[in-house]
Amino acid sequence: MENRASEAKQPVLSVSDLNVEILGENGSFPVVSEMSLSVHAGETVCIVGESGCGKSMTALSLLRLLPESARVASGSIRIHGEDFLAMDQRHVEDFRGDRIAMIFQEPLTALNPVLTIGEQIAESVRQHRKTGRRDAFARAVKCLELVQMPDPARRARQYPHELSGGMRQRAMIALALACEPKIIIADEPTTALDVTVQAQILGLISDLQQRLGAAQILITHDLGVVAEIADRVIVMYAGRRVEECSVYELFDNPIHPYTIGLMGAVPHKSETGAASERLTDIPGTVPPLWDLPKGCAFAPRCPGASARCMEERPPFIEKKPGHFAACWEHDHA
Amino acid sequence: MPETPAPLLAVENLKVHFAIRAGVFQQRIGEVKAVDGVSFSIDAGETLGLVGESGCGKSTTGLALMGLVKPTDGNIALRGAEDVTQMRSVPKSHRRRMQIIFQDPFSSLNPRQRVRDIIRAPLDIHGIGTMEERRAEVAKLISLVGLRPDQADNFPHQFSGGQRQRIGIARALALKPDIIVCDEPVSALDVSVQAQILNLLADLQKELGLSYLFISHDLGVVEHVSHRVAVMYLGKIVETGTKKAIFSKPLHPYSELLLRSAPSHDPHNRHRFSAVSDDIPSATRKPAGCAFHTRCPLATDICRQVEPALEQKADGHSAACHHR
Repeated sequence: MENRASEAKQPVLSVSDLNVEILGENGSFPVVSEMSLSVHAGETVCIVGESGCGKSMTALSLLRLLPESARVASGSIRIHGEDFLAMDQRHVEDFRGDRIAMIFQEPLTALNPVLTIGEQIAESVRQHRKTGRRDAFARAVKCLELVQMPDPARRARQYPHELSGGMRQRAMIALALACEPKIIIADEPTTALDVTVQAQILGLISDLQQRLGAAQILITHDLGVVAEIADRVIVMYAGRRVEECSVYELFDNPIHPYTIGLMGAVPHKSETGAASERLTDIPGTVPPLWDLPKGCAFAPRCPGASARCMEERPPFIEKKPGHFAACWEHDHA
Repeated sequence: MPETPAPLLAVENLKVHFAIRAGVFQQRIGEVKAVDGVSFSIDAGETLGLVGESGCGKSTTGLALMGLVKPTDGNIALRGAEDVTQMRSVPKSHRRRMQIIFQDPFSSLNPRQRVRDIIRAPLDIHGIGTMEERRAEVAKLISLVGLRPDQADNFPHQFSGGQRQRIGIARALALKPDIIVCDEPVSALDVSVQAQILNLLADLQKELGLSYLFISHDLGVVEHVSHRVAVMYLGKIVETGTKKAIFSKPLHPYSELLLRSAPSHDPHNRHRFSAVSDDIPSATRKPAGCAFHTRCPLATDICRQVEPALEQKADGHSAACHHR
């Protein structure tokens, strides 16, 4: 599927037609289907969707960190033009942390509890750069400074459990940035944090983004975070993209009924300042991935579904310049 | 103004302190003042939103109201009933009028019980009606919360998160309580399902005249459901007022910070958050004076020494701040 007009600038990361499946007891089923995306240097792409939509699986496959039970069935992932899926394990390890790094949702489980923060960052530096222990540690302290960790020299000598949630997430970001990767994947980086700390971390992520000019893919379920930080947005539902466009276009003129539903379902202040009386809920629940409906996966919950939606899956196509969606009914509207 | 009748629920000076113990003999080496002198009231048909960040004591407040943790001090009285905090165990008559919905719909339902048994349990415990009547009541509750009658024989694991939360709501409704404590009832749910549950809670309130104590960290949700709001910080209520007052004219700097920190939902109007970390204290190392002074832009010497009291600043709008 060739969806995107060819752009002059080469993307740092491009994924095309990625299919990921989970190998279950009763055969395999797809968790990510026909996923394509590309990110340029300095750009932030948000992948948004609810649990089970395949956004985290997409993120994990980008680092070749899929669990045993899952595998990439087909498709390609190119990093700086190199075929990441065909690479041997040693090369992959060279890439990970150096060219592409990940910020995980829960820093307490992602960080090693028996190493100090500084040692963990230094370990990554030593893996990718020819430096001595001492220099690597000094660099770790520098990284902690970069993420505005209070008292970085002391914190570098502390263990993850000695830090607060916000500081742990800062340490996690420092670890991801230690080798100045050109691509950063952040999987729900602020979900486990309190709202005041979330604000700080979002501020930090956009600061660093500007300073380092890395390409960023941020996975989230929170449209508020998307509005704050994204340049471009991909909305996923049941393993597939349903909409993709610039963040402004998404909030101003959403096309897909699922996106529209999500926006109505989140309680937030309207322009008039009055909170709405009733939320527009999306009836029903997300279908299980092993038992997807025949046509559009969203059709059973969609207020505007027609007979065609139940039978045929709509293609993901460009509806307006730069605005892609997978919906039959939009064409009639 | 005419004499107002007693509120449905009046909580005064509620304190819950936990001992910190250490060593072989588990000696008491200190205490955590999880809830430290909280007062509020809830009227019939009203929703009070209790908002704050993790560790501020909002959930402990909810548990103390239900008698699930023992209050250290204070007064909890339902209209027409005695204070329950000093009693050895909370009487059934109190429990019957107040029920709770928990945050996690996975751990709050017994995985080995069928849905109809889960929902019937409160009726059994309180000995309400005959077996036949209980069965009929359970069927009614199941349809009231939007589940199908044929799902009554299923086990919790056969349901999605949102459906499980509906089961929890049906169980809480079984005794026809006056007040339901909703402890983060939607924070474990996806947004589309979250909206379903919030709408269900709103419908039930209208239909049954319920009162809610709605505990949440999500400002958007609290603004949506509440009539009045209380903001908690490290065991104390720092500001309370009508929803409109709190969300449009917050007085306490902490409430301002909370509102400022919530994402905008409008890419044209971004917040441009500051990445600077501030010194966030916890309940175990609470600062002297005003607990918020370490993070407060207005803090002066008096804030570091004297703890401000919750004072009425405008009609029905109180805040605990020396400078507002």
